[in-house]
Parts: sequence; structure tokens; C-alpha cells
Amino acid sequence: MTIERNPGMDLNLDWIESIQVNKSAIERRAQSLGARRSVKKQHQAAWLLKAITLIDLTTLAGDDTELRVKRLCAKAKKPIRHDLVTALGIEDLHLTTGAICVYHDMLTTAANALKGTDIHLAAVSTGFPAGLTPLHLKIEEIKESVKAGADEIDIVITRKHVFSENWSALYDEVKAYREACGQAHMKTILSTGEISTLRNVAKASMVCMMAGADFIKTSTGKESVNATLPVSLTMIRQIREYQERTGYKVGYKPAGGISKAKDALVYLSMMKEELGDDWLQPDLFRFGASSLLGDIERQLEHHITGHYSAAHRHAIG
Amino acid sequence: MNIKDILQTMDYGNAPESPDLALEWLAQHKNKMSHFINGDWHSGKNHFASNNPASGERLAQVSQADKNTVNQAVKAAEKALPGWQALSGHARSEYLYAIARLIQKNSRLFAVLETLDNGKPIRESRDIDVPLAIRHFYHHAGWAQLLDTEFPDHEAIGVVGQIIPWNFPLLMLAWKIAPALATGNTIVIKPAEFTSLTALLFAEICQQAGLPKGVLNVVTGDGSTGQHIVEHPDIKKIAFTGSTAVGRWIRQATAGSGKKLSLELGGKSAFIVCADADLDAAVEGVVDAIWFNQGQVCCAGSRLLVQEAVAERFHKKLISRMHKLRIGDPLDKSIDMGAIIDPRQQQKIASLVQAGVDAGACLNQSTAELPSSGCFYPPTLLTDVSPSDQVVQDEIFGPVLVSMTFRTPSEAVALANNSRYGLAASIWSENINMAMHLAPLVQAGIVWINCTNMMDAAAGFGGVKESGFGREGGKEGLYEYLTLKINTKTQKDKDKAANKQAAKSIEPVQGMDKTPKMYIGGKQVRPDGGYSYAIHNSKGQIITHAGLGNRKDVRNAVEAAATSHSWSHMNAYQRQQVMYFMAENLSYRKAEFATRLESFGHSKKQAETEVESSIQRLSYYAAWCDKFDGQIHSVPMRGVVMAMHEPIGVIAIQCPDEAPLLSFISLLAPAIAMGNRVVMTASEAFPLSALDFYQVLNTSDVPAGTVNIISGNRLELTKPLAGHMNVDAIWAFGSDAQWVEHESATNLKRSWTQNSHRDWLNINQGQGQEFLRRATQVKNIWTPYGE
Repeated sequence: MTIERNPGMDLNLDWIESIQVNKSAIERRAQSLGARRSVKKQHQAAWLLKAITLIDLTTLAGDDTELRVKRLCAKAKKPIRHDLVTALGIEDLHLTTGAICVYHDMLTTAANALKGTDIHLAAVSTGFPAGLTPLHLKIEEIKESVKAGADEIDIVITRKHVFSENWSALYDEVKAYREACGQAHMKTILSTGEISTLRNVAKASMVCMMAGADFIKTSTGKESVNATLPVSLTMIRQIREYQERTGYKVGYKPAGGISKAKDALVYLSMMKEELGDDWLQPDLFRFGASSLLGDIERQLEHHITGHYSAAHRHAIG
Repeated sequence: MNIKDILQTMDYGNAPESPDLALEWLAQHKNKMSHFINGDWHSGKNHFASNNPASGERLAQVSQADKNTVNQAVKAAEKALPGWQALSGHARSEYLYAIARLIQKNSRLFAVLETLDNGKPIRESRDIDVPLAIRHFYHHAGWAQLLDTEFPDHEAIGVVGQIIPWNFPLLMLAWKIAPALATGNTIVIKPAEFTSLTALLFAEICQQAGLPKGVLNVVTGDGSTGQHIVEHPDIKKIAFTGSTAVGRWIRQATAGSGKKLSLELGGKSAFIVCADADLDAAVEGVVDAIWFNQGQVCCAGSRLLVQEAVAERFHKKLISRMHKLRIGDPLDKSIDMGAIIDPRQQQKIASLVQAGVDAGACLNQSTAELPSSGCFYPPTLLTDVSPSDQVVQDEIFGPVLVSMTFRTPSEAVALANNSRYGLAASIWSENINMAMHLAPLVQAGIVWINCTNMMDAAAGFGGVKESGFGREGGKEGLYEYLTLKINTKTQKDKDKAANKQAAKSIEPVQGMDKTPKMYIGGKQVRPDGGYSYAIHNSKGQIITHAGLGNRKDVRNAVEAAATSHSWSHMNAYQRQQVMYFMAENLSYRKAEFATRLESFGHSKKQAETEVESSIQRLSYYAAWCDKFDGQIHSVPMRGVVMAMHEPIGVIAIQCPDEAPLLSFISLLAPAIAMGNRVVMTASEAFPLSALDFYQVLNTSDVPAGTVNIISGNRLELTKPLAGHMNVDAIWAFGSDAQWVEHESATNLKRSWTQNSHRDWLNINQGQGQEFLRRATQVKNIWTPYGE
């Protein structure tokens, strides 16, 4: 599947104005999603494997080191234990996670570790997580990261533009980032836990897509509230709206807070129901997660052996 | 399919819930079910099959209860009544609590059995029907506890007969049984013939809970069993949920029997989408409105009304959503729509849709593959329809939505109210002004703002117009199972004496000075027929003549009341001012009204007391104008449910002969205090006090048409009034109960008949909140909030 990249468009404030979001209705839908669809047995195993291919395996800590990042890259290349791979009969798929996501400082290490694989390399950028450094430095930061081997850039938006409903400032900022990204794909982090209302989330989503976002992403993982189903529904409905209006498909990345295999299944069925099967592929859907993979491995082992598994039986990243 | 293939298709696969435990339960009963009477199982006879609609396979055989069996059940319930009523509220609450706990403990068994028997998706029976049923018993366990202190003037009715439908077998059972038990009634209940099984499992649960013998009796069977219940002389109340046609028959069959009645009937509920709605949310609302339970929902939002500006976008979104619905094995956990209850129902749906298409509707139907066996019908949307189409008017009771557009809020209201039904409405707008503007204007018992099909034990459920009357749930629902303790004694003899005085033709008049006229549309009018009848004094002498009203006078009076909206548009404070003014003006004319009463044989003192009481009564209801408040119900939702007291509309009131001024005022005042317009039929024998009252009305700023007063032969006037489609309620105080109730079935108007004598001077009988409750109906407006 080749997805034609979203080129962005002129800022259309009429579209932004007309956005309506009913929080209670969104919450009801979010609540029933998990109960409306259920995948079991063989299908569940396949869906969990699919989820692995969608993970942006992430480390974004002040105490990150080269050796720690190498270990993470090793995990990305071999996300599940070899005997489980055999038991599932998927040796020839050479399953990996979708990407590795790190700070700029770790890019060279990660790029070397990932050489020869299809695993994408993402760098958080633009003064992540607060995004309050000078604009020219943020643009420079993107360029440096692309130069250092990142093919995906996760930018953060300036939240005050949302609070002041200064959509043109937000648009200009994101558009400038997109230009700086060049060939690298841009994920725009809205910091949904901070911009607070679903109406803000929806409007910021649309502005970012107009400015040329390849993905819209919920959070930095540093806020107290990260990805939630209601926020996700709000954002992906804007993706659907953008596609209906422009024909371009924009990707979605929920980040932070998704740590259970079961949650991943709900997310997948939500993408399938609200947007369609195209959004079950890494081109258009990623999980920003660090501990999700571990739980998926345990569930896969349970699927194979019939026994509940333990975390220490699976390699850490 | 291996894992690699699934990774390509990303299908859901199957996720079946096991039917084993439910089938085992049926096998324990040898798949041959009994009636539950007097705490025991009665094998019964004339068994018929109960099938799984998703497969057509027979689940069990169910017995057809005949008259004899129903008799046994009623006897058992009667026998259990004194003991059950003697229990404290707390003791009854413990039984309800135990029942709730036991359903909870067996919740999956209930859910699976329900899905097998009814064909609804397991997700719905598991996540909606069963939890709501449990919630109903917990909620009413609380009411049982509070009954003595919260309803000190009320008592249980006695043996109640309950007939429930097949669309929510367990939930409707809970809605019926929980309030009846909480209030101290004993029960004979009949589940629908298609879906008897969970009711029998429920009976077993009650056995386990140690519910005293005979308090609950479950008899199974078809409509003929229902008929035996409806016609049983010892049953004091019928609670029915089902079709409007059957509801109408029940109203006729119970006419004059004194049975209390609550009817939850059909609907064609409007689903209004304003241009400023969250359209994606509203699309999901439509799914929950019409594709929930295969659309077999009385309150289903089956008439979509979309504002023109967004109609095209909305339809596009809706159709694309419709194609994503999964239809199939109801026991599969990933199924959105299961099976239609019965092949006959499926054919009915199909033929109505065909009729719609033949009439020019555009058919949009899900192309999802339907199971090859079993009884299924695809989700359907009909556009290009108009109010004149049958598919827009008739309840289809299937997954079929009809869609029309509107331009303005007032057009939305006009379209929404263009229906015989009035069960529910759903309003979608992000503008609070718009939503709160529309909610009071749509004629419905339940209004959901930015939500739909929300139900809870704490909020009343029930309709207006031909969707029936009575409420289930909430405080308002308890009154359906209670009666006032006031002492009443029959006055048949008195009536006979009074009726003798009535005459039909002109007789000689002695010393008459003026002819009292009728009062219609704010004007004094002569009777249409040109006849009068003689009015006698206490000595039997003719003192004057009064107009002999006929059906045309009724027509004119109802027309005047129906088209005069200004009274209903006045706020409570304004109505209160007018009513105080009425009291004041009556007080100026004390002597005149007392003299009139004396001419009927009142002593001077009696006459003065009655006039004085009438003035006080006007003040009493004037005081109530702005105090008969609704409620905010505590439902488990972030939001408010407002239970609003709304006027009923046009009320026809037939006044009794006793206390001719005071009874007239006592019935008129609560009706208009709550914002209704009235057509008053004056006492036949003593109409003059009522007819004189126009002078007070004329001088008190009462808008024309608010109060209309006609006189004449009670029986002659009853028929056109009780049968009038534009009269919303009839209060018949006198002897016409059977006629009135039978005729009221035409448009299912609310009827209040009283054959017994009230002491109107006694404030415990002649006034009170009972009158206000009769003058209003509760509209529950659900408004979730949050930003």
C-alpha cells in the first residue's frame, strides 16, 4: 500500500469554525467500542502481531544512554521470543516494530543499530516536550535530526496558540516544521492532556492536517493524561473529515497510556470501524508505547501454551 | 484461516458466547415449561414451541394458560395479598434486594437465555437489558423502604395483571414487577408468547429469594391468555406494554370496570439533527436509536429529521456507517444486529419497506451478507419520503429509518409532532438555546438531548398521545401502583335522583327572568340545536331553562379550546395572577352565587359555605401554579434528567351534581392552574352556578377559549367528548365511566372517572396534589453535559 503524502492546504477557518464535538456522546461511543467487538483465539494472535508492527518503541528519558538505546533497537528487531515466532509459524514475516522513537542525541546510535532493517527512526523534536524554545532553533533542530538519520520527526505544537485560538499562528508554525522535515514524515503532537477540551483537540487536529501533518499524535507521554479513547475518537474523526474533504489520508498515533494488549485490540477495532482497514497499517497508524510490547508477548505465549505468562520470560528492551 | 492470512484481511473472526449453560437449564426443565403459580410449578397444557429466531430451532415448549389457569393465578395472588401488604416496607425491600442480587449472580445465564429466545445481540442483553433489570430491582428496593414515609396517603391497589412484550422480555418484566412489589401489590404476569423463558427463570430466582407464595405468578400463553387477565374481575390494575392496537382494545375491554390502567404503546419517535450538531456523534446516535435491538424498540428514533444545511453530509456519513454494521449470530460478541423475532414480523417489515419504495422512497440498505438461515433483516434507510407516506406514519418495528429534512426549528417541531404517537424524541444540537427550545415543544414523554435510548430506573418512561399513558420508573412511576386512601362511598342512588330531574324538552316557565347561555371561545352562545331544558328548584318548580348542548356544541367548544394557545403560553406567575383575580371577582359576587345555590335547596349557611370554599379553592390552586415543580432525577450519568410537569392540553371535564359550584371550581382550577384548556360540562341537574361563572371569567382576564362551558344531557355530551380526537384527557365525575373509558380509546386520551361521591367541602377529598398530577404529565428530558 502506498499512501500519497498529505501535501497540506491553505488554512480554511470556515472548516475550523464548523467543528462540533459532543464530549458525552464521544465518551459513550468510546465506552461501547470495547464491548462491540471481540477478537478471539487465532484472530486475536494475528491482531496482536499486527499491533507489534505498529509500535513506535520509545525511550524518552533524561537518563537514556547509547547502550540503553542499542538494547531497545535489538528489541525492535526481535520483538518476540524466537520459539514463539516458530510456534506461530511466522518466521518468514521477519516481524519488527514500526519504529524506534528517541531524542536527537540518540539518533546516531539508533541509526547504526537499525541499519539493514525497515524499522523507521523517529526523533522527538522542536523543544520536546514543552516546545517553548525559539522557533528558529526548533526548525534547526528538525533539520539536524533529519541529517542525523531520522526519517520521522515528532514535533510538539505551541499550546498557547490553541488557547488563544490563534489558528493561523499554529498553522504557520506547523507548516514551517513540515518544510524543515523535507522527506522525513512529520507527526504533530497536540499534547491533548494540556489543551484539554475535545473541541480544542478537534480544531488543532484539523489545523495541523491543513499545515501538512503526516500523522497527528496525542501526547508527549509527559502529560498527566495521555492517549484516551475519547481523545482518539475525536482526532480520528477529524482525520476522516479531512479525507472526505481533501482525499488525503493522515495517520494517527496515540501515545502514552496504552500498555495492555487488550487496549491495543480496542484501538485496532476503533481504527477499523471509524476509518477502515487502511489505518491498520504502519503507514497510517502507530502506537507510541514502551511497555505495550511486553504485555502482547505474554498474551501470545498464553495463546500458544494455554498458560498465563510472566514478564521475566520475555526479553526487555 | 492461519495467522498470516488473518494479518492480511484483519477480519474479526468469530467470538461466540457459549449457549451451553442456558441449554442445560432448559434441559433441566425437560424443555417443557410450566406456569409459576402460588410458588409452585404447574405443568399446564396446550404447549406450543418457543423458537430461537436466529436459527428457527425449537428451544422449548411453553404452555398456553387458559381461563382456569389464570383464575388459579389470580386466586393465589389474592390470597397472598394481605400477608404481603402487612409486611413492613423494609421487609419488602429485602426481597427486592435479594432478587436484584440473584439476577446479578445469574446475569450471564439471563443474558444468554434472552439472546437465544429473542435473537438480540449478546452485547445488548449482557450490557444493557440485564444490568438495567438489576438496576430496577435495586432502585425499587429503595422505594419499598421509603414507601411509608414518602407516600403516607397511598396504599397498594391489590392484584395487578401485567402483560409484557417480546422485545425486552426481562427488562420489561423488571419494569413491571419491581414497582408493583415495592408498593405492596401481588402479581399475575404474562410474558409474550415468543419470549417466555427468562420470565420463568426469573420465577425460579424468586423461589430462591424466598418470595412468599402467590406474590408473583407467571402464566404463559398468547393473546387469549392476556385477554383472560384483562377481563378478570378480581384484577384491580392492568399494566401493558405492547402495540397501540392491543392497548386500545384493553382500554375498551376494561372500560367501566374500575381497573387502573397503564399503557406503554407504540411510537414513531423523531430524531432531530440540527445543523450545529456534532454530526459524527449524531450518526452514532442513530445507530443506537434504530439499529439497536433490530429496531424492535417502542421508543426507537425511527423518523430522522435533518436540517437542510447538513442533510447531504449527514446522509452520506450515515450510509457509510450503516454499511459497517455487522449482522448475524446474536451470540457472537462482535455482532451489531441479531435476528428479527419472528418470520411474520420480518415479512411485515419487508412489505412496509416495499410499500415505501413503491411510493417513491429511495432505498439505502446494508449490503452485508445475512445468515442463510434464521430470521434477519438488513439495516435500512429510506430517504425521499414525506409525511404523507405510510412508512413515515406507521410504526414499522424493525431496523428501518425514514428521513426527512427541515429548514427552521419551528418546522422541525411541526414535523416531529405530526404523528399520532408521542413516546420519545431525540434532539441533537451543540447550541443549548436550540436544544432547550425544542425539548418542551416536541410532544413526547421522553426527550433525549444529544443522546438516545437512555433509560434508568430513576427516570420515568412513558408516552403522550397514542403512545399510551402512565410512567414506569422514577417517583412518577410508583403512582401507577398506588391508590389514595381517601374514604369514598358510592352515590349511585343520589345520581339516579339527580338524573330524574333532567328533561329534554321545553316545559312551562314560571317567573323566569333570564336564560343562561353556554360559554364558548370567550363568548356566550346559544345551543346549536336550538333546544333548551328545564331547570328545577328544590321544590321541583321550573326556575329557568339551560341550553341543551349537542355534538356540534361539543365540537365548537373543543375547537375553541384546542386553538386557544395563549393560556398555555403564559408563565405560571401570569396564570397565578389571573387565578387570584378570579378568586377576587368571585368574592365580589358572593351574594349572587349564594342565592343561586339557595335556589337549588341549599340553606343560606350551606350556600355561603360553598361559595366561600370555592373562593378558597381558586386561591389554593392559584397558589400551586408556580409550585408544582418537577424533579431532577438521579440517574447514573454525568448530566441532568429533568422531570418536567407539562399540561396535558385540552381536558374535557364533566362535573358532578353534588356541590354544583364547588365541584365545578374544584375541577376547573387545577386543570387551568397547570396550563390546560378545558371544556366543562356543567352539572346536568344544577348547571346554573357553572353557567353563571362566565361572568367571573370575563372579568378576570382569562383568555378566550381557555375555559368553555357547555350544558345539557350528560350522556348526550359524553360520547362526542370522550371520542373527540382533539381532546387529550377526560375527567368524568358522575356515572358515565364505562362510556367514557370505552370512547376514550379512540385516541387513548387519559381518562379519570369517578362513580363515587366526594365530599367537596372536605379538603382531603376535594383538593390536593392528586388533581395536579391528573392535570399534568411528566416529560423526562435527558441532558448529558461535559466539555
